[in-house]
Amino acid sequence: MNKVRTIEEAVSRIEDGASIMLGGFMAVGTPEKLIDATIKKGVKNLTIICNDAATPGAGAGKFVDARVIKRYITNHIGLNPVFGKQMREGEVEVILTPQGTFAERIRAGGAGLGGFLTPTGVGTLVQEGKEVITIEGKDYLLELPLTADVALIKAHRADRSGNLVFRKAARNFNPLMATACQYVIVEAEHIEDVGTIDPDAVMLPGIFIDAVVQG
Amino acid sequence: MIVSGKELIARRIAKELQDGQIVNLGIGLPTMVANYLPKEVEIFLQSENGFIGIGPTPPEGQHDKDLINAGNQFVSIKPGGSFFDSAASFGIIRGGHVDVTVLGTLEVDSEGNIANYIIPGKLIAGMGGAMDLCTGAKHVIIATTHTDKHGKPKILKKCRLPLTACKEADIIVTDMAFIERTENGLVLREIAPDTTVENVLSKTEADLIIPPDGVKTMAV
Repeated sequence: MNKVRTIEEAVSRIEDGASIMLGGFMAVGTPEKLIDATIKKGVKNLTIICNDAATPGAGAGKFVDARVIKRYITNHIGLNPVFGKQMREGEVEVILTPQGTFAERIRAGGAGLGGFLTPTGVGTLVQEGKEVITIEGKDYLLELPLTADVALIKAHRADRSGNLVFRKAARNFNPLMATACQYVIVEAEHIEDVGTIDPDAVMLPGIFIDAVVQG
Repeated sequence: MIVSGKELIARRIAKELQDGQIVNLGIGLPTMVANYLPKEVEIFLQSENGFIGIGPTPPEGQHDKDLINAGNQFVSIKPGGSFFDSAASFGIIRGGHVDVTVLGTLEVDSEGNIANYIIPGKLIAGMGGAMDLCTGAKHVIIATTHTDKHGKPKILKKCRLPLTACKEADIIVTDMAFIERTENGLVLREIAPDTTVENVLSKTEADLIIPPDGVKTMAV
């Protein structure tokens, strides 16, 4: 099955108010061209789910600069002063989640789990409003799965059916987010024919991918 | 050689690390610890953005766009290193597979509570991976200046800022002292060569226990 699309075709399904998971860690492993195309399409009131807010002009920071975000689910925003200002002025609602909990909520969302128990955040602000469950004398927080409408992810290699290979630290949240969203677009540095990637080397099976675009 | 300040902290913590340990170093001062490891000690540095085996920053012009540490600095990966996704990375952290984490802090208290991610109304950076690291690592070492920039104690009876983790700090190393948390409270094990016990006590809000065998001088 050939899932290769033009960028414009691929992002045409993203609508106002969409929730978008965005791969990357400080813009490493972030699909920059997909962000540019999504902003160009003119969508707004987005919920962005991304590890961090990157820096102005880079990665997730471009969504911040374009002022198209309503809600941001993340764990670190300290390196983007533009975002900090928007947050203080109430322009963007921010939900902070510990990074490990953030990753696992996405994994749970893609793996059909109803939630999980983590010791992270017990006795902190993160505990507020959450159920505490004690197992063998130890307290855990019940954390719920996280899913979204769209995933924008980045890979090093993709075949035309969406089998992916990531590169170095650019893997981060990309393979997780691809499992947890209704519609998944991958921006790949190299697009190859089916069969060129050894099945043993595939890091994310193509079944999770809806569209492949050239990075 | 007289060593003081941040270098003293980094050098003293480096002496705590043992051959073969998996270690996660926080951003800033904790990252300096790697520079002072004894030759015979080989550790594996974990980077929470998804790999084990952090190597030195490559020279300008040889940076790899896909290889940064969690502090957004270009680094390299050592032979024998490996990459993984963020869920696996935090499985490693939460699952107790990281032996030691070294983190900076805004406040730490007599119960080992740590507050290092938020100053309400002022600084809202986010907790990043710190909550998972404090909760999951077997051993938590706090690397911090003894007082803040206004000279106020950072080692308190009780943290006033929102907590990063409860009762997780095991050792606190500052530019003035090496402090160990025990069931009875914080024990002053060592002081910096250029200070006195009285001076350390006067700059510490928490009660410090003086051990029966005395307080040693920090050797680095």
